[in-house]
Amino acid sequence: MRSFTLPLREADRLSLVCGENILLSGVMYTARDAAHLKMTQALKNGEALPFDLPSACLYYAGPSPTAEGEIIGSIGPTTAGRMDAVTPLLIEQGLRVTIGKGQRNLAVKQCMKQYGAIYLGAIGGAGARYATCVKAVEIIAYPELQSEAIRKLTVEDFPVTVIIDAKGKDRYDDFAVGVK
Amino acid sequence: MREIDVQIIANFATQELAKLAFAYPSDVKESLTLAFQNEQNPSAKDILGVLLENEEIASRRHIPLCQDTGMVVFFAKLGQEVRFINGNLKEALDNAVKQAYGDHFLRKSVVKDPLFDRRNSLDNTPSILHVDLVDGDPFELEILTKGFGSENMSRIVMLTPADGIEGVKQAVMETARLAAPNACLPMILGIGIGGTMDVAAKIAKHACLRPIGEPHPDPRYAALEQELLSMLNATDYGPQGLGGDTTCLNVAIETYPTHIAGLPVAINVGCHVSRHSKGVF
Repeated sequence: MRSFTLPLREADRLSLVCGENILLSGVMYTARDAAHLKMTQALKNGEALPFDLPSACLYYAGPSPTAEGEIIGSIGPTTAGRMDAVTPLLIEQGLRVTIGKGQRNLAVKQCMKQYGAIYLGAIGGAGARYATCVKAVEIIAYPELQSEAIRKLTVEDFPVTVIIDAKGKDRYDDFAVGVK
Repeated sequence: MREIDVQIIANFATQELAKLAFAYPSDVKESLTLAFQNEQNPSAKDILGVLLENEEIASRRHIPLCQDTGMVVFFAKLGQEVRFINGNLKEALDNAVKQAYGDHFLRKSVVKDPLFDRRNSLDNTPSILHVDLVDGDPFELEILTKGFGSENMSRIVMLTPADGIEGVKQAVMETARLAAPNACLPMILGIGIGGTMDVAAKIAKHACLRPIGEPHPDPRYAALEQELLSMLNATDYGPQGLGGDTTCLNVAIETYPTHIAGLPVAINVGCHVSRHSKGVF
């Protein structure tokens, strides 16, 4: 299994193949429904986002609260499809790497292919497992959103599967559930 | 009249909510373990292995199995000769939710208003309470902490009587196909057939509470449950919708008489983290 450092270099991103299992180490940012609405509004207002979008890896996740003595709570992926409506805008602004669970819609897939973006899958329901990969966490924006605030995570050997690669090949197309 | 102290019920709820977040109920654990042993697709077997490893980590380190610790749904079976003392039952249950979700660092996932003011209520309340009135003085409380990755994939269809058994099967299979990538498979399906629209949805959710492997008491529905389970596990949707033999762990049907013109069918999709518990008072 190949291991990669985040932020992901362009050459690494383009080398990833649909269906491949990889490990990620470095920095990623959490953002889910409410944070996406805030980010979209910020872009419409011409404001800067709270992190550098082109180098970012976005993890669709909202952790459970951190218990005493722990770094973070349970932190598995949430359904990526709910972010589809605003994802093309973020890709046009530079976003290239996202992590979540489930399928992306056709508009996102077409936009991803055009810009060479990739979508990585984590296992839904395995939040305790992913918590053990998180070595540091910091809320960097929208703390009022609680679990939906944007967190900067430092992870080590975070396991993911390439669901959609930079050439636009989608793992779900290999299965009965592929988007029509 | 039998008096029941609502604080005793609330204490039970607090204790169960705290347990449910960190370990599978025994029926889910057994079912997943068996599925792992029988799975023939190597990558599906890997995913099931990660789910079992996840549970081991969750139990040992007291980290929730899933970050979505759910919206709490209670089903009460209430004898009409019961009188509650020491408070209001719904308030006591909401207080139990507040305490469990606060003390055990569970995620607060409820917003105050669904449309205009989606601010988090900060304590995971309100919960939802369904009450079924029965004779005598029993009281039973069932608890479900429902995650929304799977809840969002649930559907209700108002079939016509002519659609019949085939129509029900088609509705279930279509719902499962749409749910497969998003609903954290292997799934658990609760199916409500009959009643009015609201009743079909309610009994579908209640069916999610039935222990895995326990059949419907009517052999015709029990056979339909088995047939649907076999059909689902022959789809090759697999864990996470990424292929494999393990698509569904259980299908449970509940029914209610319905109108001459209708055949409501609700399909409540549950993920593999099916957190449910029951207390008899």
